[in-house]
Amino acid sequence: MEITVIIVKFALIAIIFGISLLTAMYSTYAERKFASFFQDRIGPDRAGPWGIFQPLADGGKLFFKEEIIPTNANLFLFVLGPSLAMLTACMTSAVIPWGTYLTIFDTQVDLQVADINVGILYVFGVVSLGVYGIMVGGWASNNKFALLGAIRAASQNISYEIAMGLSIIAVVMVTGSLSLKDMAVWQGQNAWMVVYQPLGFLIFLICSFAETNRAPFDLPECETELVGGYHTEYSSMKLGFFLFAEYINMFISSAMLSTLYFGGYTFPFMNDLGLSQNMVSILGLVFLLGKIFFFIFLFMWVRWTIPRFRYDQLMRLGWQVLIPLAIINIVLTGIAITFFGS
Amino acid sequence: MQSLTNRAKPVAPKEMTFMERIYLPAILKGMTVTIKHFFMKKVTIRYPEIKKMFSKTYRGLHVLKKDEQGRERCTACGLCALSCPAEAITMTAAERTPAEKHLYKEEKYAAVYEINMLRCIFCGLCEEACPKEAIFLTSEEIAPANFDRGDFIYGKDKLVEKVHGPQGKVRGGGPLDKNYYHGNAQVTSAFQNLELSNNLKV
Repeated sequence: MEITVIIVKFALIAIIFGISLLTAMYSTYAERKFASFFQDRIGPDRAGPWGIFQPLADGGKLFFKEEIIPTNANLFLFVLGPSLAMLTACMTSAVIPWGTYLTIFDTQVDLQVADINVGILYVFGVVSLGVYGIMVGGWASNNKFALLGAIRAASQNISYEIAMGLSIIAVVMVTGSLSLKDMAVWQGQNAWMVVYQPLGFLIFLICSFAETNRAPFDLPECETELVGGYHTEYSSMKLGFFLFAEYINMFISSAMLSTLYFGGYTFPFMNDLGLSQNMVSILGLVFLLGKIFFFIFLFMWVRWTIPRFRYDQLMRLGWQVLIPLAIINIVLTGIAITFFGS
Repeated sequence: MQSLTNRAKPVAPKEMTFMERIYLPAILKGMTVTIKHFFMKKVTIRYPEIKKMFSKTYRGLHVLKKDEQGRERCTACGLCALSCPAEAITMTAAERTPAEKHLYKEEKYAAVYEINMLRCIFCGLCEEACPKEAIFLTSEEIAPANFDRGDFIYGKDKLVEKVHGPQGKVRGGGPLDKNYYHGNAQVTSAFQNLELSNNLKV
């Protein structure tokens, strides 16, 4: 029995890992393709039909690039940086509920690697760790531009984590649970969280843009000021890891946005269609992936619309606008719960 | 400070309204603009597979023309080389032997005719200078890239029009099927262009 549980969990981890990597891989392709569509271009179309093998070509290119490690770089930390970035990017997916459960050979398989009752806290722990990859990598490069980029990333992530956490507190107040699974179930029984928490959603959305270092908050890799930002000195697959981690982060952020505010794997009439449990689970997964892909598209859409913030604007937005707004949101939620019940 | 003209307008930093300060309406407006572009017709094409129609006045690579019987028209008079502002054209003249009557139109012909494509500025003055209507910049090809500077010197092997037979097909360039051209402009071959300019000059 124990063995089966372990095997099933490992299989699930492998599948989710695979999905994350595949999505991240094709996010790079989608980003380039969408970027060109937004700019009235066709985009990469040489590798395979419509360029669908472009990610493979990019990956292959990165693998065969010369690997340059600066003489004065701290070798251990220099390698640790991208590894940490990649590791933390992949860790969050463990607590996201991808569906209810499947019944395979009379075994009930939860479509969630770990349903820990403090799922949200775990996500926050891992997200805070995420900045270490960038910080360590930027510092170990022994390059002032890399260090500046890393400092920017660190201060930006710390600033926006506060507003992000505060916006989630309101969600926790409404659902009364820290487990992501409970939140998805709660949204299935009631309505999507975005209906109850529109302001919270907006804050969370803006903060996830900042946390993933995506435009308009991509100051850590601001080319015009910092050469390449924290990955200035990186080359070959170590650079690839940094870039790839960003896309995995984007995927995970989209999954979190869908789970927290858009019902996760739940979909309308989930239990009234008379479908078998397995079918409902798979449909739920498909719906969740659909929501995730929409958010990934939103990330790219915003990137090709809004110019980058100035650093002081970024800080003012984080500390003087989003944090007070998030606190106001908590107060309003508290008042609403007190007067209208939960 | 007194302004020289009375067109100067005083500029003062405008106080933003609340709706402007929260930026979100402006961002949404911007996003509607970008999403419109997402679905617009693309201005770029998949180049080597699809090519755009060249304009009638396009000056492409040079072509050394042959006459109706497939004989080279060039007599190596050197006027093109003389007219060339970039001094890109060189040639060596030779006298035609009786056995070569089917190859060259006049008694003198260019044994060597070279154009340095790195020097050429595609002005078309050689075309205007030519009294024998032998050189035209009508090839619908773009001067290709090369790794070797020597490969940019185009000799007769690359320049002379490829015609087979007196009424043979016009030199082969690219494929001339419908999908080849992007857009529906009339396809004008190099040969038609030649006729056109013949009519103009005669």
